[in-house]
Amino acid sequence: MIRRLRIGLAAVCAAGLLGAAPAPVALDAVLADTPPPTLSAYRLFLDAQGRRPNAGVTPYALNTPLFSDYAEKFRYVWLPPDAKAGWRDRGVLDLPVGAVLAKTFAYPADLRRPDQKLRFIETRLLIHKPTGWVALPYVWNADQTEAVLKRAGARLDIDVTDQHGASATIDYAVPNANQCKTCHSLMGEMAPIGPKARNLNGEFAYPDGRENQITHWRRVGLLASGPALAAVPRTARWDDRKAPLADRARAYLDGNCGHCHNPQGMARTSGLFLDLEETDPSVQGLGKRPVAAGRGSGDLEVAIDPGHPERSIIVYRMESREPGVMMPELGRSLVHEEGVALVRAYIAALPREP
Amino acid sequence: MNRWALMTTIAVFAAGQAEARSLEIAPGDGAQERLQTALLDAKPGDEVVLAAGRYVMDDGLSLDVDGVTVRGAGQDKTVLSFAGQKGAGEGLLITSDRVTVRDLAVEDTKGDGIKALGTDQISFLNLRVEWTRGPDEKNGAYGVYPVSSTNVLIDRVTVRGASDAGIYVGQSRNIVLKNSTAEFNVAGIEIENSMNADVFDNVATHNAGGVLVFDLPGLPQMGGHSTRVFRNRIVQNDTPNFAPKGNIVASVPTGTGVMVMANRDVHVFDNDIDANQSAAVLLVAYQKTFTDPNYNPLPRAIAVTGNRIGRNGWAPQFPGGAELAAAVGGVLPPIVWDGVVTDPRTGAISPETGRMSLADGPVLNLRLPAAGAMDKANPDLAPKIGDAVLPQPAEVKLPAAQAALGS
Repeated sequence: MIRRLRIGLAAVCAAGLLGAAPAPVALDAVLADTPPPTLSAYRLFLDAQGRRPNAGVTPYALNTPLFSDYAEKFRYVWLPPDAKAGWRDRGVLDLPVGAVLAKTFAYPADLRRPDQKLRFIETRLLIHKPTGWVALPYVWNADQTEAVLKRAGARLDIDVTDQHGASATIDYAVPNANQCKTCHSLMGEMAPIGPKARNLNGEFAYPDGRENQITHWRRVGLLASGPALAAVPRTARWDDRKAPLADRARAYLDGNCGHCHNPQGMARTSGLFLDLEETDPSVQGLGKRPVAAGRGSGDLEVAIDPGHPERSIIVYRMESREPGVMMPELGRSLVHEEGVALVRAYIAALPREP
Repeated sequence: MNRWALMTTIAVFAAGQAEARSLEIAPGDGAQERLQTALLDAKPGDEVVLAAGRYVMDDGLSLDVDGVTVRGAGQDKTVLSFAGQKGAGEGLLITSDRVTVRDLAVEDTKGDGIKALGTDQISFLNLRVEWTRGPDEKNGAYGVYPVSSTNVLIDRVTVRGASDAGIYVGQSRNIVLKNSTAEFNVAGIEIENSMNADVFDNVATHNAGGVLVFDLPGLPQMGGHSTRVFRNRIVQNDTPNFAPKGNIVASVPTGTGVMVMANRDVHVFDNDIDANQSAAVLLVAYQKTFTDPNYNPLPRAIAVTGNRIGRNGWAPQFPGGAELAAAVGGVLPPIVWDGVVTDPRTGAISPETGRMSLADGPVLNLRLPAAGAMDKANPDLAPKIGDAVLPQPAEVKLPAAQAALGS
């Protein structure tokens, strides 16, 4: 009898939930002039912990992402009802006003077990307002029940067990709104970086099965048009050992350097362009001398010395943890050992100058 | 003026004042977040005012709002110390237009001191940027660093200890740099890949090189031209070059007064140039290989005239310098030109190299067949080179409101 009552109650509750569907993402919060002080106000997630995305909030991943001190990153896209992204062969898809890109940074207790004991650190929103894109970092509280806006950024000490099993403290930097723009900048205007067709062109494990993200975005109405999948360009996965070394390394440099080092980015005055669209080897760094690197040159002569990673400024700066030397300038305090190994191998394999 | 008119004037003035706010910041706990928040919250016309005192910064600062003034209480009173900086490539990064930074000091940044990228009407007034341990190759590269900007005003600025150039203006246009002091840097003042610069009434001393006017290949803006260097004191530049290798300033001989490389229409006049052991004025071609067909590596249409040149060049610190000095009686003459006239892109003589007005001779013309080919020098000592009166670049005019900020 008691058991049956329980079942009955459960049925009533389920019916209640069905009757009152969760409130949708709050478009008024998305478009507000003054951003809400808390993440929950957007209703991007069904739970206070930010784990379960609301209807229409689609998770995605990039073939080759930016390294962020070994943080796990969970990305979501949301578009206003009936809005679609326009196709672009180059650069980021044409995301409409009202678009929200959300990215949660999280650390597991042990970097070797990335899916266990995850602690959320911050959720960054990139919102396409009528006046342009804005970047808003929301920092999670200790109870993991709410994230609050920190426009001026923050520095957090995060204790983890590192990939070698040792205790480590990560000096984690939440960027301020201007620092967001340091990377997210095209000729001084805020812009997204990640959702380029070529970097989305890969499979994602959706709750209802694996599917190519471009195909999925088209199927669920996020993406309007574009060529057949076979004709969509594709950024290599940096960690795909089956892909050619040069493709992986160039993809890595694109994802980790190319957002600033491109003709419209914050590092445009360097003349060193590492985005995948660049084709001139000297501009990509081969034999290129530093301009304003200062001590960042590490007493080396060129950005990339073919065949000689030990003589290449790029490697020197990737291996540094010192502000003023290290690259990227923002977003990391640790050395990405696997990324460095990849770029080293790539440079070592380049034919040496006669 | 009658009484009503006067009252109206005051009311309008008061209304104008009410629009702009003053965001006051004091030193103490949380200065980083309070100051950065003010820089984010400021609206065009606002002033961010930093009270006297020492501000301990643990990260870089940035400003991206047009029309904001950041004001301290004086370059020895309001001090932003970045000795404990954990991130960012500079102390303060400015990416917006019509910004003025004034009356404060920036110390010990890990990278550059104050950088302005892609701005219009950027003004640096009465500032001090310093690495307090003195010359050290681990110091940041540039003290004051406007780049890719238009209408640049630098006035009453002091920079010490930069491991590249103390005051560096790169890939910019319309530049006024005056009343400033650069000392104990690798390069005191450097104008690079820039057009229309007036550099005057400055002091460059105890650097490796005093004033440099360069152009480099492979950059978005090349073809630097039209710089006037006048009424400066460029004396006793005697700090051994401490630049990290690879950087172009590492090639500046210790004890160089003025150095012009790969630039045109550079006029150096009415300066005091004294006690620089390598050379008073050095004119050279860019020596490294380059692939950019739009880059001209030669100095051309250079005027050096009417300067007061003392004793320089007694111990030149460049390859072959000692032998050259010995050959001309122990001391190099006031002007040394590498004499490269062949454009490596065409293999032909560049006609522009014939337009020189090197009047403050004697001039030592090394007549190198190619840049850096010192072993093939064919030196010629001439009383002067070039009789042509080269038209001087026009005076640089800044927008009136910006010009009025200067002294």
